Amino acid sequence: MKSFGKNFVSWIGSVVVFSMLMCISSTAWSEELLVYTALEDDEIPGYLELFKKEHAGIDIKIVRDSTGIITAKLLAEKDNPRADVVWGTAATSLMLCNQAGMVQPYAPKGLEKVRPKMRDKAATPAWVGIKAWMTGFCVNTIELESLGLPMPADYEDLTNPAFADQLAMPNPASSGTGFLTVSAILQSMGEEKGWDYLDRLHKNIARYTHSGSKPCKLAGAGEVPVGISFAYRGFMQKKKGEPVITVFPKSGSGWDVEANCLIKKDTIKSSAKLFLDWAISESIMKEYGKVYPVTAYDSGQPVPDGFPANPEEQLVENDFDWAAKNRVRILAEWSKRYDVKSDPK
Amino acid sequence: MSQLAIEAPLERLPLSQTIDKELWIRRLLIGLVCLWMLVVVILPIFQLLSKSLMDNAGNFVGFANYVHYFKTPALSNSIGNSLFVSILTTLIAVGLGFLYAYALTRTTIPGKAFFKGLAMMPLFAPTLLNGISLVYLFGRKGLFTTGFFGTIPGFDIHLYGPVGIIISEVLFAFPQAVLILSIALNMTDARLYEASDSLGASKIKTFFTVTIPGIKYGLISAVFVCFILAFTDFGAPKVVGGNFNILSTDIYKQVIGQQNFVMGAVVSVVLLIPTVIAFIVDRIVQRKQVAIIAAKSVPLIPKPERLKDTLFLTYCAFIALLIVGFYSTSLFASLVKVWPYKLNLGFWHYNFSDMGGGGYAAFFNSIRMAFYSAAFGTVITFSAAYLIEKSRQMRVLREISYFLSILPLALPGLVIGLSYIFFFNAKGWSIAGMFIPNPLGFLYATMGILVMSNIVHFYSVSFLTATTALKQLDKEFEIVSESMGVPFYKTFVCVTVPVCMPAILEIAMYYFVNSMATVSAVIFLYSANLPLASVAVANMDDAGDIAPACAMSILIVLANLLARMLFGLATKGVKNEPRPGW
Repeated sequence: MKSFGKNFVSWIGSVVVFSMLMCISSTAWSEELLVYTALEDDEIPGYLELFKKEHAGIDIKIVRDSTGIITAKLLAEKDNPRADVVWGTAATSLMLCNQAGMVQPYAPKGLEKVRPKMRDKAATPAWVGIKAWMTGFCVNTIELESLGLPMPADYEDLTNPAFADQLAMPNPASSGTGFLTVSAILQSMGEEKGWDYLDRLHKNIARYTHSGSKPCKLAGAGEVPVGISFAYRGFMQKKKGEPVITVFPKSGSGWDVEANCLIKKDTIKSSAKLFLDWAISESIMKEYGKVYPVTAYDSGQPVPDGFPANPEEQLVENDFDWAAKNRVRILAEWSKRYDVKSDPK
Repeated sequence: MSQLAIEAPLERLPLSQTIDKELWIRRLLIGLVCLWMLVVVILPIFQLLSKSLMDNAGNFVGFANYVHYFKTPALSNSIGNSLFVSILTTLIAVGLGFLYAYALTRTTIPGKAFFKGLAMMPLFAPTLLNGISLVYLFGRKGLFTTGFFGTIPGFDIHLYGPVGIIISEVLFAFPQAVLILSIALNMTDARLYEASDSLGASKIKTFFTVTIPGIKYGLISAVFVCFILAFTDFGAPKVVGGNFNILSTDIYKQVIGQQNFVMGAVVSVVLLIPTVIAFIVDRIVQRKQVAIIAAKSVPLIPKPERLKDTLFLTYCAFIALLIVGFYSTSLFASLVKVWPYKLNLGFWHYNFSDMGGGGYAAFFNSIRMAFYSAAFGTVITFSAAYLIEKSRQMRVLREISYFLSILPLALPGLVIGLSYIFFFNAKGWSIAGMFIPNPLGFLYATMGILVMSNIVHFYSVSFLTATTALKQLDKEFEIVSESMGVPFYKTFVCVTVPVCMPAILEIAMYYFVNSMATVSAVIFLYSANLPLASVAVANMDDAGDIAPACAMSILIVLANLLARMLFGLATKGVKNEPRPGW
């Protein structure tokens, strides 16, 4: 009880020191590899485990979000990029980044094995694919039956008035799955017919979601009987015990390549290149192949259960250049037409 | 007190010098309070406003963004939608809250403490949970929609859209309405009722001529508070809003969904206008309030009336049942394997390892953040309130500080979050051709900025709590200490703080609980290194993982209930009346 004044000052002092320490400890960056990815949350841990086994010394920090958000984040950080590499993110998005001059072309080890369709054409490619992901309808069989709805087989079936208010679809502005589906529809039907189709589809949509997996999860929970999503999601939800099956539209699935690229920075870490080499190595390709039938090169895995016997034929003709060039225009048009459906249902 | 008396003569400094030095310390501290509020409130908001006048590349474009906003019906329709849901929410929440508060204060029903405690439940949960619970109750596969999985006929309330938003916002605003109105109903003079009675006024007439005028100010406050809460919340609308767009979800969509920060800033300003108007009107009205309670007032002690008591007990029991049912449903849903198909119970959804959002790391980060917010927030708020309330110098500066301290009441969390991104992530500012680098940039994406945003977000209510407690302290303490040459900080530490302990603990708990549950400000500020539980709930819901999102919300509620229990233990034996805003 000597002096309360001194105690008070020293107490204030320790609060200040403490708060400074707090700030310092959370700003101090350890040397680590910052990876941006749009791969699914439930894929990543398995893949990373493999990486850790092969490259124990490298500390990987993952930032994972929907394709649209990762893209926007990358573009927003253009002047001061944070990410070292981008992993498993839509090729159309990486093309945008490349146009913005953010990509450092790099030829990872094993590039020669990669299918020509699944990599940038330049000799030292800006982006290299790892696998393709494609549109699939997640159909809840129990709900479909109890609502007395026909099993949809193709895009056109979804515009059947019986499906009014029974569909969920991802918003293409934030979801890569949403964008590849819209892009495939516009490419295969032609723009005029494509927008007309989307207008009719819009009448049946109960909600547009932020992410590409949510429609499938909504279907799995019975909140909607049918969700327009992507194939992998349908298989995973089924595995979890939800009564969903994945339907591949007869006239072909929209698809995009999940690809990697190196971000242009003042100092490019050697571990970044190492990571990109690993990301198309044979061991990881086997992992991708377990759940994705179309991989950068043949993974040697059998086609996963439930996919068409020849999954490559399921993919529609897709002009990535066209999609990347027109992305902004398509999204603006889409938002104008459907984004803000302001009237209550 | 005796310690002080013994210690005072030990001071070596001459009296006048001490006072002089003290005066300067006080001035410095009041100046610091002002500076703090300037940096954490005024400058960020200013940055937000200026951002809304620029294009995406940072060029000044005047009101072009606003013109674009109002010309795009898709965006501007949200204003009407927002007003619609918040006005309806306000009417319902204040109506229900009034009846409930009336039952707690003016009847002799049993179990008042229980009913009061239960009504506060929604304060412990993120509003996202309100939405999630509604999905499990009234979604297409909800308990009521399916008639408890087909055991009774079900009914569909068409949850997604305004219906869902209004129900969850009513639940969110209800506790606040009950609190404010209970306090207003408590402050009354029994003599007025006696007079009314002896003049032969009927009960109904007395109600409209005595009761309602008596709680006028409380009623107005409750209306504004509920309106602002409903108008600015985005957690629940995000889950159950469907395609019904409102301003708060628009900000989220523009910024998080499409990274269109400029449009996000514009919508934020649009969101800010009604809340600031509500805030100003409320302030003007409250100024007119004169003390109803005079020294001669006689507290009103409700008399038992069979019919009235039975009716109110039934009503309270009904509301209590709804609240219990509501949160039990979400607890149950978080334990179900596959809702609604496989109803076996277990902890599957409490394993967040293959989920986005950050899992348990996020949960513990949130606890850390809430703890820091409580610790720093309480120290800062209480000290600031003390300096403003108990100083006699620098009147103008103190009044400015007071105004700045209650201003955050009008700031929605989303607006705080967004303006903090703009302010703390700015590289610097060019003022009159001179470039000033941002000295606070280092805070960006750290725990520091999260804690700061929470402190500001919940500053006003804590500040008012502290001020109320300080006002109850006699000014004599300061005067006596001063005349004995005891520095004010000694009086502060040895007298003021111990006496105000219940209020201080309450402030700390308020900070903790709200920081755990809040999503709106921190969703813009968290970083990949620092995931947070409430943000994880939002992200898992975005990905469609609603059961794990529900589970994480339950963990947040449990953490808050635990904090509340610790608070109860800490204040055991200390009579502690709830204060405005709780």
